[in-house]
Amino acid sequence: MNAETQNSARDHTNNPAPDHTNDPAHDPGYNFAYLDEQTKRMIRRGLLKALAIPGYQVPFGSREMPLPYGWGTGGIQVTASVIGADDTLKVIDQGADDTTNAVSIRKFFRRVTGVKTTEKTAEATVIQTRHRIPEAPLREGQILVYQVPIPEPLRWLERRESESRKMHAYAEYGAMHVQLYESIARFGRITTTYDYPVKVADRYLMSPSPTPKFDNPKMHMNPAIQLFGAGREKRLYAVPPYTRVESLAFEDHPFEVQEWDDACALCGDDKSFLDEVVVDDAGTRMFMCSDSDHCRDRRAAGHRGGAEGAAAEALAAMTGGTDDGSNKDRAEDWAKDREAAQ
Amino acid sequence: MTDNPNDLKPGFADPIAGSQDAFRGLLAAMSYPGSIHRVHLPEGHPAPLSAATAAVLLTLTDGETPLWLDEQADQGAVRAYVAFHSGAPVVDDLATARFAAIAAPRTMPALDRFAPGDPAYPDRSATLILQIEDLEGGETVTLTGPGIETTRTVAPKGLPADFWAQWDRNRMLFPCGVDVILTTGDSLMALPRTVHAEQEG
Amino acid sequence: MYVAVKGGEAAIDNAHAYLDETRRGDRSVPELAIAQIREQMSHAVDRVMAEGSLYDPDLAALAIKQAQGDLVEAIFLLRAYRTTLPRFGYTKPIKTNEMAVRRRVSATFKDIPGGQVLGPTFDYTHRLLDFALAADPSRPVKAVPETAEPLRPDMPRVTEFLNQEGLIETEDAPAQEDDPAKTADLTREPIDFPADRATRLQNLARGDEGFLLALGYSTQRGYGRTHPFAGEIRMGEVTVSITPDELGFEIDLGDITVTECEMVNQFQGSKTKPPQFTRGYGLVFGKTERKAMAMALVDRSLRAAEFDEQSGAPAQDEEFVLMHSDNVEASGFVQHLKLPHYVDFQSELELIRRLRKEADEQQRRDAVKEAAE
Repeated sequence: MNAETQNSARDHTNNPAPDHTNDPAHDPGYNFAYLDEQTKRMIRRGLLKALAIPGYQVPFGSREMPLPYGWGTGGIQVTASVIGADDTLKVIDQGADDTTNAVSIRKFFRRVTGVKTTEKTAEATVIQTRHRIPEAPLREGQILVYQVPIPEPLRWLERRESESRKMHAYAEYGAMHVQLYESIARFGRITTTYDYPVKVADRYLMSPSPTPKFDNPKMHMNPAIQLFGAGREKRLYAVPPYTRVESLAFEDHPFEVQEWDDACALCGDDKSFLDEVVVDDAGTRMFMCSDSDHCRDRRAAGHRGGAEGAAAEALAAMTGGTDDGSNKDRAEDWAKDREAAQ
Repeated sequence: MTDNPNDLKPGFADPIAGSQDAFRGLLAAMSYPGSIHRVHLPEGHPAPLSAATAAVLLTLTDGETPLWLDEQADQGAVRAYVAFHSGAPVVDDLATARFAAIAAPRTMPALDRFAPGDPAYPDRSATLILQIEDLEGGETVTLTGPGIETTRTVAPKGLPADFWAQWDRNRMLFPCGVDVILTTGDSLMALPRTVHAEQEG
Repeated sequence: MYVAVKGGEAAIDNAHAYLDETRRGDRSVPELAIAQIREQMSHAVDRVMAEGSLYDPDLAALAIKQAQGDLVEAIFLLRAYRTTLPRFGYTKPIKTNEMAVRRRVSATFKDIPGGQVLGPTFDYTHRLLDFALAADPSRPVKAVPETAEPLRPDMPRVTEFLNQEGLIETEDAPAQEDDPAKTADLTREPIDFPADRATRLQNLARGDEGFLLALGYSTQRGYGRTHPFAGEIRMGEVTVSITPDELGFEIDLGDITVTECEMVNQFQGSKTKPPQFTRGYGLVFGKTERKAMAMALVDRSLRAAEFDEQSGAPAQDEEFVLMHSDNVEASGFVQHLKLPHYVDFQSELELIRRLRKEADEQQRRDAVKEAAE
């Protein structure tokens, strides 16, 4: 483990300094939550229909946003349409609050809504996510907003919308099973690892957005409201709370999620989704929780992983800052723990 | 029909925050079918609309959503209110309506006369706002379906006599079908088309 | 003003005077200097150099000024100038491993040795017009904070980390590497199909950004899916060197800015190859990230036959892509439709009239026949 490398990584990067400004008011130059009221109404109507038809993709008049298509414009429009001044917003990308795009989107909402933001899953009323579902169980009333690049699960089988729409209308999903079975015939297993298709409420085939299939089981009978926005493709969809979400599988090839031989180097968890980090030029790998809030919670509760000393510190730095000051406290606790250990 | 401006009731005190708050009530109602949510419309609303009915109209309708009013709801003050605050075109042909505000649900047209959507576009269906006597105290019905962990019992009062039989037929149309919002006073509950209802006995 | 096509010499002169007046615009507004364009419109300059296949920021800036900001026209100007230049020799392949990196990011790992280096990027800016920039042109520029340590001079490659485990295909340097003169040169000889990868990459590097962008995008939407991950994108300066025959040793000519993109693509294996990650490659002059990424997507798509994964998507069709990527060719031919074509058109007119007359007569004969029956 090369601590120097890690330090330099932190200096230039991907880990912008935590922004502690928590301006209670939104930028008066823009409407609350950026979108005009007419647009919000259109999206709100779409969301209600999406909840009434679980897994069905509702077309909507997606707007140009000040962030690029593919970077979360669908999720941003959904969040902008549901969020109110009393909400507490959490934004994650790859499971972490400190990834660049999550930082950018959080900053955007702070500017245009002035709402309170948090990194704690349990404190958030609205969570916007790209590619992950938090490890901590969600509760009733929480809203999980997914950023979706390709909402159409049939796209890789049938690239024309005119055709895939008919397949959804008559629930003609045989081709998807055939495709999965072909991969079993060839590799002895289903080789789809993310964006693994699910059947919602026993009717619609749905893309879980490219979350790793590890997260698919969390969608099933989840107490929270799951909303999906695809800006570029102009589609909204939803999974209501307590709704059956079944990953496609076969009797002889049941659905399985990823497992790791390693545990998180920081908190020791071997049940959470792990990111692989290359720590030196020799290609040495360490693993750490993708969900940074989950990892910090575990460390705060006294769990420790294999990484020690400078390595642990550098890795911990990668889980980023908070905007509520709690990270500083945690860092101090961490330093005290370390002193005590030495 | 009167268009006396004195009849024009104010909408949300703060239209942005007011409609956001009402929408969150609706979102929760549609997510957890049969659960009861309150809306805040303190500024008054035109008779015979309830506060909740008025709030739903202000929150969801605009120039893009044809609105049908039943005979009871079709009052000058209501039309003036809708015209001023929402801009939704009031239509006579109920099959073309995206929203319907129904003040006398006992005598309302059958559910299947409203737009159920198309198998390719089931979202192009009507949302009916039924203003009933009470969300509680009626005949007990057990609900199951998406949004309900196990079962939920509700007892709305003032529905058409054969409502649940009609509802069953509506549910069979899935993914097509209408969605219903029940209101009383400042409270509402929702019945998305996925809800399965079992009457007692 | 309409001018008959024949005898239009004066008309052409007048039109060009008019064009020059349009270029200058309102004379009460100060004229743009080449240096201003070069320094303050550097992305336009970079695109013109890349697609013009000539690395000269001053000439590219001049072309942009002359073309009044029409970049395809500016690319054309630069290409036309390029053909007049003598060829002194062939440079050694540039070493992007040794790039003085200003930006380097990977989407495949949270962090990597050398760090994620954002550099000067539009990424994560909120696209809100900055009216302060209009109101106060002399507004001081935001200071770039000093970084604690300089960036590593030998930034390791992300794909190498995958290579250590044998998870990604290895690429042998083409045989011509030792003698750059053996590399096909599209500016000297026409393309031949099937083209080798080096030729394809050369074509794509000069290709129209919009065309490659649309093709790359189409692969992401299912028209020839390649399962791409941005393994690494790096931008910075590389040294260009040459070994003149008369000297026999390498000398440096100077530094150029380039953007390199290595896409890591999924590949599920075929009869002859095991499952592994594969590569798509993009390398473009200047700060041209969008183009380099699109190029890498299209490069990988064009390798579909190699991996037995053809699906008939446009981005996988080598001839379709390579024959239509050049915007100087495309712009010329599309716009040539403005030229007089009246001799051909006259022949068509005559034909259509004759066919219509015959059809008319046939109809009349049929009607008479029907009435008689």
